[in-house]
Amino acid sequence: MSAADTLAPVTDLGGPQQPLLDVRGLSKHFASGRGLFGRGGGVVRAVDAVSFSIGKNEVVGIVGESGCGKSTTARLIIGLIAPDAGEIIFDGEQIGTELSLRDLRRRVQMVFQDSYASLNPRLTVEETIAFGPRVHGLAADAARDRAHGLLRKVGLDPALFADRYPHELSGGQRQRVNIARALALGPRLVILDEAVSALDKSIEAQVLNLLIELKAELDLTYLFISHDLHVVRFISDRVIVMYLGEVVESGPVEALWTDARHPYTRALLAAMPSLDPDRRTEEAPITGDPPNPIDPPAGCRFHTRCPFAEAVCAAEAPTLMSTGTVQHQAACHMIDPASGHSRATALAEEKPDVR
Amino acid sequence: MTVAANDIVAVARADKARGYWSLVGRRLARDRVSTACALVIALIALGAVLAPWLGLADPYQGSMIRRLRPIGTAGYPLGTDELGRDMLTRLIYGGRLSLMIGLTPVALAFVIGTTLGVIAGYLGGLVNQAIMRTVDVFYAFPSVLLAIAISGALGAGIVNSLLSLTIVFIPPIVRVAESVTTSVRTLDFVDAARASGAGPLTIMRVHVLGNVLGPIFVYATSLISVCMILASGLSFLGLGTKPPEPEWGLMLNTLRTAIYLNPWVAALPGAMIFVVSIGFNLLSDGLRSAMDVRS
Repeated sequence: MSAADTLAPVTDLGGPQQPLLDVRGLSKHFASGRGLFGRGGGVVRAVDAVSFSIGKNEVVGIVGESGCGKSTTARLIIGLIAPDAGEIIFDGEQIGTELSLRDLRRRVQMVFQDSYASLNPRLTVEETIAFGPRVHGLAADAARDRAHGLLRKVGLDPALFADRYPHELSGGQRQRVNIARALALGPRLVILDEAVSALDKSIEAQVLNLLIELKAELDLTYLFISHDLHVVRFISDRVIVMYLGEVVESGPVEALWTDARHPYTRALLAAMPSLDPDRRTEEAPITGDPPNPIDPPAGCRFHTRCPFAEAVCAAEAPTLMSTGTVQHQAACHMIDPASGHSRATALAEEKPDVR
Repeated sequence: MTVAANDIVAVARADKARGYWSLVGRRLARDRVSTACALVIALIALGAVLAPWLGLADPYQGSMIRRLRPIGTAGYPLGTDELGRDMLTRLIYGGRLSLMIGLTPVALAFVIGTTLGVIAGYLGGLVNQAIMRTVDVFYAFPSVLLAIAISGALGAGIVNSLLSLTIVFIPPIVRVAESVTTSVRTLDFVDAARASGAGPLTIMRVHVLGNVLGPIFVYATSLISVCMILASGLSFLGLGTKPPEPEWGLMLNTLRTAIYLNPWVAALPGAMIFVVSIGFNLLSDGLRSAMDVRS
């Protein structure tokens, strides 16, 4: 491949109404504790039939406990691991058939949580950022210029930082470099996998503001994965709640915060630490650990920890259905009057105050 | 304020100039034991390289009337061997073959073993199984026995003994390379590189090699002394160098008959092997701690 002086920009295909990313029935199962001859092990359903879509220029947050499949979903979308089932459609093109994995790299990039582990300790900042464009055929000089431009964009002076090694940077500076690296190929979707979680609060705020500025400047779309609900609320337009590899609720931030329908979402929100002493969390909203994903509970996966669980919850798995509000969906028998759950009809009358 | 900023720029420039390996070099230079070892080895190596121009006696010229002179004899500062040849000359000349035999197999095994180990570690799966299980076969034999067996099968001679030693040292280096690579492969920056669309070869070259070379290099330097001892053993058994070539292992063998007549002279080639082995071992220890900078 001959070295080019510029990377061809990624063009928009379907217009603003077409979702940038459409995930349909995505599943990934890992074999666990496999015996010597592949027997005796279970299957971890890390991601199980997950569907959602992300609109252009939208920020979608994914929240959930550790091990609920957030990061696996991210790695599936970016193509680091292959899905077992389901399809991913990027701006109308199906990944793997209409859109090659190599072309996908130009369109989707990711910022990892561990700012230190995600930078090669033997490469300078400039080399790290220029690596992607070089791989995609950009000439060395052009790639260096691009790296310097990106450093300026993320608020680092190239004269000071281009020749530094990762161990000579602070955590916030390293994460800015990671963001610059993710932007180096001119992507349209950036997956931020706990990208600010490991940073100090003050640095976290700076990086979040940087992300918001970059989004406006570069016309980006974010998939923002975090366990910090405050941050998710601050940056997201829409939020997806995951539990044990499944989407249990999704909707616009305000709808979710004021009118959460799934008991798990309500428990998550109730567990949010607050600065207001009157709103102190007195007791844990739910107890126990998530069940083992090797052998998830039958029916609704949350029924083992749900305070409202009834016979129907253990018997039948609820499907995602509209709550009546635009774009707001939840997978709970209590919002489905036909489910037979005793609170389903009562709850419908109590609306909008769910509790 | 501007002064401080300029200072930072200066520091940043200096960082660029030094890089990782020169930092390791400076740390190594601060370590006295390593410096001393490096000096001793450099001295012996320099003597070996420059031997023909040092104005020494002929290493092959013997004399029946001057056999086994003790250390300190006039004209023969380290005495003479069983054929009356000057020991000092032969020890210095011996360094040429002995160092070459000690370094070449390790260097070759380092290149081949690192390549195989990194490929096995990075690609994993079936490739890993194929490479590592093949390597395991070599572990079934003790390394000395393996070297003797291969040398014996190929026939005596320097080239064949180098070849057999290379084969002996590839498996342990592959193992070290594979285990280091496996731990590096799972780091996020490798995933990030994959997400950039880089192929396995590019990632191995740019992202993996730089991070695994250090530990493998340290391990390989520790093998140099083992290699010298094995090579000496092969020469001792008559599988490596042939007389009258001066080589420390072979000299030790031929002087063994004189051990009761003149033990000090007979022990000299052994002492050379000992000094160089210890030197390389301590140097690799020093290198290991010098490379442990990280932050």
